[in-house]
Amino acid sequence: MKMQYGFPIIVGLAIFIGLLTAPFAVGTMTKTYKQPELKLPANEKKCIESTEFMRTEHMQLLNEWRDWALRDGKRIYTNHEGKEFVISLQNTCMKCHNNKADFCDKCHDDAGVSPYCWDCHIQPEGLK
Amino acid sequence: MNALYSLLFVFLLVLIPLFGVDAAHMRTFFGVCVPTTAFIIFLIGFVYKVIIWGRSAVPFRIPTTGGQFRSYDPELFKQNKLDCPQTGAQTFFRMALEVLAFRSLFRNTRVSLYQGKDYPVVAYKSSKWLWVFAITFHYSFFIIALRHLRLFLEPVPFFVNGLDFVDGLLQIGAPVMYLTNVGLVLGVLLLLGRRLVLPRINYISYVSDYFPLFLILAIALSGIYMRYYAKVDVIAIKELTMGLVTFSYTVPETIAAPFFVHVFLVSCLMVYFPFSKLMHMPGVFLSPTRNLPNDTRAKHHVNPWNDPNIKAHAYADYEKQFGVPMAEAGLPLDNPENGKAPAEEEA
Repeated sequence: MKMQYGFPIIVGLAIFIGLLTAPFAVGTMTKTYKQPELKLPANEKKCIESTEFMRTEHMQLLNEWRDWALRDGKRIYTNHEGKEFVISLQNTCMKCHNNKADFCDKCHDDAGVSPYCWDCHIQPEGLK
Repeated sequence: MNALYSLLFVFLLVLIPLFGVDAAHMRTFFGVCVPTTAFIIFLIGFVYKVIIWGRSAVPFRIPTTGGQFRSYDPELFKQNKLDCPQTGAQTFFRMALEVLAFRSLFRNTRVSLYQGKDYPVVAYKSSKWLWVFAITFHYSFFIIALRHLRLFLEPVPFFVNGLDFVDGLLQIGAPVMYLTNVGLVLGVLLLLGRRLVLPRINYISYVSDYFPLFLILAIALSGIYMRYYAKVDVIAIKELTMGLVTFSYTVPETIAAPFFVHVFLVSCLMVYFPFSKLMHMPGVFLSPTRNLPNDTRAKHHVNPWNDPNIKAHAYADYEKQFGVPMAEAGLPLDNPENGKAPAEEEA
């Protein structure tokens, strides 16, 4: 039996399927995706915590640092090894990670996140 | 019991990838094979169902109306163009409001009986709770689905970044809390609570009603767990998901088990979708009570399935054919001539 109102139904289906499979069409046109390579600081080998900790927890740590420093006035952070650091994005973190484009943006752009650090802080170089 | 069965079944579905990935190390199976197969089943099942529907009989105009038809005096009795659409354009606006704003749920009323001064009175009161639950749930789910495009497109398109910004506007915590995450969980819980608490709704709720709700709740909670608690490696996950859409499959070692649980549950939803009540998504567009203009008084609609060999049989002809037995049975005839037996003429 033929379809009733077949034309609008097929058009609707085509639009729906087209939108759903669009990422595949775009994906096959672009080349294979590779994880971005970070430009690590040259003069420092160790961050304030382990790489694994920093990879998963850095956003929460920065959020806590802001609260501790600005709301509680606590300016000293003791890491898991007992070493002490001054709580400061611009003086501690950015002393080594001085290029936003080569470090922060690499993952943040791919993951589609835009942290609001730079609403208050002065952006480091590599802004453009 | 229906709710309990559904909940247990969802627990079982969570356990499958947990054991499959952690104990059996079937990372490629759960990371690539399951979601790809599920997506194919979803697409084919969806198209198959809609085409089946498109080929089934809608012989009559059956729009349901809730307003004034265009009357003999359009000044005195104004036509209700949305609730009694009579042209294609009016029907289009009715459908658009239905699909985008859930208007028929908005117009939901509740009947109550209360004691008036002398006698009981029936009252109809607007009841918008179901509409609030439904619209929160559906739009949250839709925005969350759109936000996931960040994992399937490189570079991330502007509207996905825009959604991310608006969704995280409250800037609570890090990673920022998404409003839609709250909306989805809240919406599902309210829709679920409604089925559990209201006796009349509870009575008509089956496993097929509870299961999708629990499944979606589990999907939402596993996603929230990944984002805020387990803090999975998003970039590694993007490598996997981009592998799916570029057909160059990889499963990075740093991806943790919660991701596979989430993907497995979403795959279950995709496989379940075409064979369940969730097909109301395309179904709303194909509702004959909504998508037809109420123009039966203006246009002559012929049932497309009518057999052309069966001719119309007017009552005058009918009476001519069966006049004699009708007269014998004492039935009244429009034309008494038809009641006379033709045998006498022949004789």
